[in-house]
Amino acid sequence: MFEYLLVLGQEVYKILFMLVPILVSVAMVVWLDRRVWGLVQKRKGPNVVGPFGLLQTLADALKYIFKEIIIPASANKAVFILAPIVTMTLALVAWAVIPMSEDFVLSDINVGVLYLFAVSSLGVYGIIMGGWASNSKYPFLGAIRSAAQMVSYEVSIGIIIINVLLCVGSLNLKDIVLAQKELWYVIPLFPMFVIFFISALAETNRPPFDLPEAEAELVAGYQTEYSGMMYAMFWLGEYANILLMCAIGAILFLGGWLPIIDIFPFNLVPAPIWMILKIIFLFFLFALVKAIVPRYRYDQLMRLGWKILLPFSLIYLVLTASFLFYFDKLPKGNF
Amino acid sequence: MTLIRILKTILLVDFVKGLIMAIKEMFKKSKTINYPFEKGPISPRMRGEHALRRYPNGEERCIACKLCEAVCPAQAITIESAERSDGSRKTTRYDIDMLKCIYCGLCQESCPVDAIVQGPNFEFATETREELYYNKQKLLDNGDRWESVLAKNIKLDKPYR
Repeated sequence: MFEYLLVLGQEVYKILFMLVPILVSVAMVVWLDRRVWGLVQKRKGPNVVGPFGLLQTLADALKYIFKEIIIPASANKAVFILAPIVTMTLALVAWAVIPMSEDFVLSDINVGVLYLFAVSSLGVYGIIMGGWASNSKYPFLGAIRSAAQMVSYEVSIGIIIINVLLCVGSLNLKDIVLAQKELWYVIPLFPMFVIFFISALAETNRPPFDLPEAEAELVAGYQTEYSGMMYAMFWLGEYANILLMCAIGAILFLGGWLPIIDIFPFNLVPAPIWMILKIIFLFFLFALVKAIVPRYRYDQLMRLGWKILLPFSLIYLVLTASFLFYFDKLPKGNF
Repeated sequence: MTLIRILKTILLVDFVKGLIMAIKEMFKKSKTINYPFEKGPISPRMRGEHALRRYPNGEERCIACKLCEAVCPAQAITIESAERSDGSRKTTRYDIDMLKCIYCGLCQESCPVDAIVQGPNFEFATETREELYYNKQKLLDNGDRWESVLAKNIKLDKPYR
């Protein structure tokens, strides 16, 4: 009994050690997002609360906590409350398999990529539940759009991941990173990296694909009826998802925790720092894109997903496979 | 022509250009100011909060001619007057409903003695509506507080009136 509790305590400690930094970094990342957006538009961005406005998100969160939670009379109460919880939980659960360094990972499972893919696919449920349970037209339309969008772009993300898996020969995220010791996959698979980036934007409902929350037409999409802490949970989940996508991108293409070059000044920096730097770099790109692009129309979004990105990644998949087969470079040893 | 366009689309040329431009813009000086801590320039014609001015000897300028009351398009001004012991006509009541006021500046233009003026102050938000029903005392206090700026502004704007 005592041993059981000890193990449980250790596990909880490990989980908290991962979860708390993620929640804090979500807050910091929201600040970074708004600040970059502001700087590109030659505004100042949030700069009042704390040094450089770093505590702005904490102030916002405090405000959300003290606000009243309004549940519409016609809403389905149980599902309405469940939706933000599902969104946030799923966004955080996925972090369990993300390796921050060679031995710093919560659960080192052999089908890590599959797990990530499954969890991020489930993420759409929170949005659909929120939109449907609100029993109001704007959230409903937003949820439908979001579901269609996330499902379509997940297909191309899946094929991009298969591209990487072909080169690695393993579904374990650690193996994927270690396979990039000589060459980051961003170089041979550069087109795939670009498509992954675009699909990740669509997957996380970021501009230019933020149709589900297109404020000019749908008020706030599926979040319209939410208020107070429930809205904040949606928002936390959204940013945790964005960070997760950045982390996946860093692992698949930018060599995870590996330093840029394995020589003296670079390999002294601890591995998790490299991982964090790469995540921040990708997030910075996300924030820049938000500042420079206009929103897609809905049919353009669907056309881009199904008619351009999907065929292109399929063709590239065939090319990768033929290349590996012809030059006899297929990964061996794990079979 | 179409070929170049297709190539541009595939290679995301415009998108990359946009990214580079965004990064360049990030390092330029921002066009906005840190509002509550630094403030932008204000024209001497600024039509902000109202004030009733006095002569240097402390006598109220207002002669209760009620031109401002008559000209006010929002009918925000209410004036009552009476004869004072020395025989001059003075206001006993001078109220401005700042919530009705549309800040058009007609009261200032109509005033023959430069008594009612609109000053440069635009930060007079309050927490209740009642605080924005200004009476004579409040307006005179405003005049005393802003007199140096008001006199300067009137002098600067004189050639254009």
